[in-house]
Amino acid sequence: MADLGCTIAGIESINPFWLASAPPTDKQYNVERAFAAGWGGVVWKTLGADPPVVNVTSRYGVHKDTARSILGINNIELISDRPLEVNLREIEQVRKNWPDRIIIGSMMAPVEEDLWKELAIKIANSGVHGIELNLGCPHGMCERGMGSAIGQVPQMVEDTTRWVREVVDIPVFTKLTPNTTDILLPAESALAGGADAVALINTVNSVIGVDLDVMAPMPVLDGKGTHGGYCGSAVKPIALHMVAEIARNPATQGLDISAIGGITTWRDAAEFIALGADALQVCTAAMLYGFRIIEDLNDGLSDFMDAKGYRSIADFKGMAVANTVNWNDLNMNYDLKAKIDQDKCIECGRCHIVCEDTSHQAILMQTNEAGGRDFTVIDADCVGCNLCQHICPVPDCIEMVEVKNDLPYVTWPDHPKNTLKAAE
Amino acid sequence: MGEHLVASKTGKALSADEVAANFTDLHTPLAAQLASVQATRCLFCYDAPCVTACPTAIDIPKFIRQIATQNPIGAARTILSANIMGGTCARACPTEILCEQKCVLKAGEDEPIPIGALQRHAVDHLLQEQTTHPFVRGPDTGKKIAVLGAGPAGLACAHALAVQGHEVQIFEARPKPGGLNEYGLAAYKMVDDFAAREVKFILGIGGIKIKYQQSLSRDFVMADLRDQYDAVFVGIGLGRARRAKIAGDGLDGVVSALGFIEQIRQADDLCKIDPGEQVVVIGGGNTAIDAAIQAKRLGARQVTMAYRRGPEQMGATQWEQDLAATNGIGMVHWAAPQRFIGEGAVSTVHFERMELQDGGLGGTGEHFTLLADRVYLAIGQMLNDDGLGGLKREAGKIVVDAHGQTSLPGVFAGGDCIASGEDLTVQAVQDGKTAAAGIHRFLEGQDG
Repeated sequence: MADLGCTIAGIESINPFWLASAPPTDKQYNVERAFAAGWGGVVWKTLGADPPVVNVTSRYGVHKDTARSILGINNIELISDRPLEVNLREIEQVRKNWPDRIIIGSMMAPVEEDLWKELAIKIANSGVHGIELNLGCPHGMCERGMGSAIGQVPQMVEDTTRWVREVVDIPVFTKLTPNTTDILLPAESALAGGADAVALINTVNSVIGVDLDVMAPMPVLDGKGTHGGYCGSAVKPIALHMVAEIARNPATQGLDISAIGGITTWRDAAEFIALGADALQVCTAAMLYGFRIIEDLNDGLSDFMDAKGYRSIADFKGMAVANTVNWNDLNMNYDLKAKIDQDKCIECGRCHIVCEDTSHQAILMQTNEAGGRDFTVIDADCVGCNLCQHICPVPDCIEMVEVKNDLPYVTWPDHPKNTLKAAE
Repeated sequence: MGEHLVASKTGKALSADEVAANFTDLHTPLAAQLASVQATRCLFCYDAPCVTACPTAIDIPKFIRQIATQNPIGAARTILSANIMGGTCARACPTEILCEQKCVLKAGEDEPIPIGALQRHAVDHLLQEQTTHPFVRGPDTGKKIAVLGAGPAGLACAHALAVQGHEVQIFEARPKPGGLNEYGLAAYKMVDDFAAREVKFILGIGGIKIKYQQSLSRDFVMADLRDQYDAVFVGIGLGRARRAKIAGDGLDGVVSALGFIEQIRQADDLCKIDPGEQVVVIGGGNTAIDAAIQAKRLGARQVTMAYRRGPEQMGATQWEQDLAATNGIGMVHWAAPQRFIGEGAVSTVHFERMELQDGGLGGTGEHFTLLADRVYLAIGQMLNDDGLGGLKREAGKIVVDAHGQTSLPGVFAGGDCIASGEDLTVQAVQDGKTAAAGIHRFLEGQDG
């Protein structure tokens, strides 16, 4: 059995799965249920200075596919709407009740040094293992100069990180917003401010949908709606990219990463770890199914590691980072052709029509002697784009086969057709 | 009660509630959420095999996608534009040998998309929710067409002609429209008054009138129609039930299965129908199955189907055969009735065992009997050719060309009375469509 224990910012956790700062970690009751279910840690729902915020009704909207699967949730809930003291006393109690589990205190404040320091000290005194700076909330709080309003300004990211770093002796996590053009700028600022780790991504700014009867964005409150924070499996690709960028950027290489963004299955978890994550945070998946998903997250990750021979998270952490390169570093001579397994083909015609309509007219449809249809790839026209393989409903029916051409690895900068190539 | 039989719990005759339960919908309509989930399974095949397998070529992937995108009215319009009787076909089609047989997910997931059930979901939605007719009648052409028979072929033809702006006069021999949809389908496949509602919907386009209890040769002759109308469509079905033509065929209790099915469909009170106690059904088609199951569901003690060939040669689909087995119908294959025995009323059926001999069917000389106080004959129907003297016929069916035109110019035909595909509602609808296009072409040719 693989060891699922992990270390991030010097904090040792029994497994890499923590619940992210959000409604599931709002209070002692939920958090203790999560620990009983097997979660390794939680980031407590973001705390602010009293008086607590007031939340509105109708807080979530969802993006569904045509079946009933939820691809993503957007929320317009604010930070904890309970008094700070209540939260802190509950944190103290849970720390006593669950000594082997991690609690990180999430916080936000307006951009004033005293306010950040005062709040950070109070939270640290409750016994948390670390403090996470919420610099990402893209709705509501940002209109008050907090959340993403800070996270989108690198200098403020550095300042707030430093302020907290200066007054606490526990690890500091700076949580980044994806609502920015280049994630490396706030990541480097966090590092400069003394962050022990970055946590990303926070939610993506979004309008989840429009109620076509009311003619207002959802969720609709009394005829009106606003933009909110988008999360869930739909944002995983965005998060993977941002984690990878930080992991492979020379200036931030080695900075610990608590990865967040649509982690729903053990496979998602393994992918983030492969791209450099030290630990993981989950929210939406738990909000869709409850805390018991932790069982398969643990089992699945452990079984994957056993199958691959990885004894610990550290064994495969970051293994995909070196293979994450710029487009200009790709091999222009690599050649793939689609190959359709005729025995597996169920003759749906999807590969043909998508190639015919939207790609390279490289899949031929012909009626066969049995009255069925044969689909075959025209190698001369196939550019190896993978589209047919992805849309094929039959697993392993379409294979992308490498054409052995004995040509060297040539990148675009060195490619003969690159007219901008430096004259040699 | 669906596909399962409600049997007597006491050994006594079935109660009214038990009989009623036996005649509820064979298949309950898909719940909206399940329809959505099933629709989402559809792969939206290109040049889809299910469409090719549908005699009316409904654009199945399109209508299923419309269900998936929460546009059931659009889905229904897609269905009805190819098959105006999409509601009946959704209930009565043997989808297991048509669209669903060809669904690629049979291979892909071992389970086809429930196309029939989804079609019903969409069409029922339109019939319930939409008050305006989804099709508009074309500008009046001044042409009048006589249609014989208000069954699926005649109604489909009339509807398509009305869309073109022609005026249609239907002559129907029966007191009600719908043909076999009204009189000939098993009651649990067409519950409540769906057949009548569907006809009302079809007529909603306007330009179609029906005269009832009007028969060819008795009330008018073909020559009159050809004089008075610009074209004629013959969709009279197969009006004569085939008899066994063996000793005892005239005994009381030896009756037509179709007549029995009609009696059930038209009954005000199912409990007043006596299905027989010991029932033998002669035949191997879907009509035989429908009669057998309904006899059992009405409370017959023992029902046995006897067919002179084997299961593979039966006209009934495998699904229908399985349904019979589920409903406790006994099945005797390779048994040909030799004579019905009884004093006034039948009491015994005498059979000879059959076998294939040199490719043909032959008796083995081995005999057996079954007790029966009721025998339903489901051995086929024949064309009632009264008044059809001028139309060329072959093998007992009216001959038509690719446009549905008979040997008489301007006289078209379709449905069970011609030799097209299987004798199914869906084929009759297609025949009606083909003939309507043929008639339109014929009329334009006249003007040209």
